[in-house]
Amino acid sequence: MIEAARGSLLGIEHLGREEILRILKLARRMNPRTARPLLRGKRVLLLFYEPSTRTRSSFEMAAKSMGAITTLVLSSGSSIEKGESLVDTGYTLRAVGADVIVVRHPNAGAPALMARNLDIPVINAGDGMHEHPTQALLDAYTILRHRKDLKGLHVAIIGDIFHSRVARSAIHLLSQFGAQLTLCGPPEFLPEVAGTLAPGLHITRTLEDAVRGADVIMLLRVQKERLGGTKISLQDYIARYQMTLGRLKLAKKDAIVMHPGPIIRGLELTWEVADCPQSVIVEEVRNGVPVRMAILARALGKAR
Amino acid sequence: MNRRSQNHSLLIRGGHLIDPAARIDAPMDVLLRDGQVAEVAPPGKTRGSAHDKFDARGLIVAPGFIDLHVHLREPGQSYKESIATGTAAAAAGGFTSVCCMPNTHPVVDSTEWVTWLQQPARGAVVNVFPIAAATKVSKGAALTDYRALQRAGAVAVTDDGRPILGEDIMREALRLAAEINLPVIQHAEDTRMTEHCSMNEGPTAFRLGLRGMKGAAEASIVERDVQLAQQFSGTRLHEAHISTADALKAVRRGKRSKARVTCEVTPHHFTLTDTDIRDYDANFKMNPPLRSAADREAIVVALGDGTIDAIATDHAPHAIHEKMVEFERAAFGITGLETALGLAVTCLHRQHKIPLTRIVELFTAGPTSVVDLRGRGTLARGSHADVTIFDPKKRWTFEGAKSRSKSRNTPFDGWQLTGKVVATIVSGEIVYRAD
Repeated sequence: MIEAARGSLLGIEHLGREEILRILKLARRMNPRTARPLLRGKRVLLLFYEPSTRTRSSFEMAAKSMGAITTLVLSSGSSIEKGESLVDTGYTLRAVGADVIVVRHPNAGAPALMARNLDIPVINAGDGMHEHPTQALLDAYTILRHRKDLKGLHVAIIGDIFHSRVARSAIHLLSQFGAQLTLCGPPEFLPEVAGTLAPGLHITRTLEDAVRGADVIMLLRVQKERLGGTKISLQDYIARYQMTLGRLKLAKKDAIVMHPGPIIRGLELTWEVADCPQSVIVEEVRNGVPVRMAILARALGKAR
Repeated sequence: MNRRSQNHSLLIRGGHLIDPAARIDAPMDVLLRDGQVAEVAPPGKTRGSAHDKFDARGLIVAPGFIDLHVHLREPGQSYKESIATGTAAAAAGGFTSVCCMPNTHPVVDSTEWVTWLQQPARGAVVNVFPIAAATKVSKGAALTDYRALQRAGAVAVTDDGRPILGEDIMREALRLAAEINLPVIQHAEDTRMTEHCSMNEGPTAFRLGLRGMKGAAEASIVERDVQLAQQFSGTRLHEAHISTADALKAVRRGKRSKARVTCEVTPHHFTLTDTDIRDYDANFKMNPPLRSAADREAIVVALGDGTIDAIATDHAPHAIHEKMVEFERAAFGITGLETALGLAVTCLHRQHKIPLTRIVELFTAGPTSVVDLRGRGTLARGSHADVTIFDPKKRWTFEGAKSRSKSRNTPFDGWQLTGKVVATIVSGEIVYRAD
């Protein structure tokens, strides 16, 4: 759809099954500790307009473990603060020698705008409420370490879906591979229109319904300040939507609990759920490195 | 307009005249003399002679088109557009008169600026009719001096770009304007419901991760205005750029009441829907936003059945640097003067079978039922010699780069259109002729 240099990764929606499978297969061959210097001499530019712990550090680890040079540019302390446009920032970073730009941005479509105007690949590391494709890929990778296939899996996505780029990317990916998705949250976080994002989505307002019989429980972060604009109080939200060990029992015995982070213990999940044996939250972070290695290798034409 | 129209005559012969105000839809010759329509007669039957002749065989001859809603960006934003370039684009689009919006820098809320807009030094090539701000600095707090503004040449008042939100101030605006028979134009948007929004609410906005404007933000204001307009006699309420089915329902209710309620729609709202927003291209970002397919269908129906009085472009030029940015940060608005007729013929006439006479009406008699432009909107004898001549069958490709506007922010670049302006005549002078 969007004109972008080969190797760009702007979203899951238009990526296609083949490409997703190719990235996941490549990721399985990646090991940051024993990697060959596939990207030696390559320059990976990390452009972050928003705070990030996991995505930023794992891209950096992924790039460096394959021998690439990384440079980090943050919106604060750069010319962006002086009013430089996104496209001009892209031209500048291209001119200093970037071979690929990894961008995190508060506005939906920002990576697409860069990609349209640059001749180097652009990787979306999260754009506004739109997509977070590398997260969806690492989540699929993680699920497939615990399940043979995505097809037919019961996946519950719970929380603030409206504001979540993680949810949009996950829904695009999992529904494409035949997972049965149940979305759960109050109307303010889960408007009915969410059901139009992919075929066969199920919406429920009751956490117990979503969790019952699930193979995968995907929790999303809830920002306290966003509850301010809704009819429900923090206490109500916790009472109705917090994942507890008791509620987790409704899921399949070997169900896994996922969360893209950062987690807020005591809000969307209890301390005990975060650390329980079924929680794969830390594993997701770990898997982010090989998956992003695969994505960078693909971007720089070293994927084989 | 200070043209040398004295002792000048032009015979437009062989064309097919569509003049809805005069109920003419027939082959007719039109003789223009001294800036006025001297004669309208069957082919070869004009009695007077002419210095110049225009061969209009195979073409439609119509009263000069009137655009109720353009942003010429002067004073203050001539990097986007000037009166000279904006009216050149208008001429190329077949418009002989444009009504320009007051949301400039500074806001046109005084007689000085209303006068300034009309001065020959501005270099207008078509007639420019200023619309003045309805409230001081369009802040929605204190009304401007309607009587003085009207005397200076303002044909309506509006705070376009923002709504007149407060109920009391809108009531007062309607009441005072009614006393002097001045239309109040509303930009219907309850901005309390559209904060941080950059497109229409719906599946596409959800998919793109963009905050969506609710249709109710428009309909609720139209609804309220229609109620207010009925509280006094003689009110003239005009709702600008209507984009939703619900707002059209409110307009229909208004038209059935004793109030004088009119409305306009833009070519982009009858042509495109929110699903056309691709790749976060900000040339598809405008306010009101592109709406759903159901809204678009309701607009097409309302254009056919008379609910809508006029097609207005909402020509809103912006510089490249205001559009080549993140979608949510991009300026609202697109250019529209040069594509209006082509889109109307292509979409409304060819696709939806709306007769050409109705389309011409929406560009001529319709607008003059909204604002008072004496002697325009018709080619009846004695009217201003403002004429639009177009070829309803001509296929052409619109190239944004060749636009006469200073700006290029159009979603229609490269579009194949049917229906092209061949010549535009203002006060008897040809101001645009297709090559």
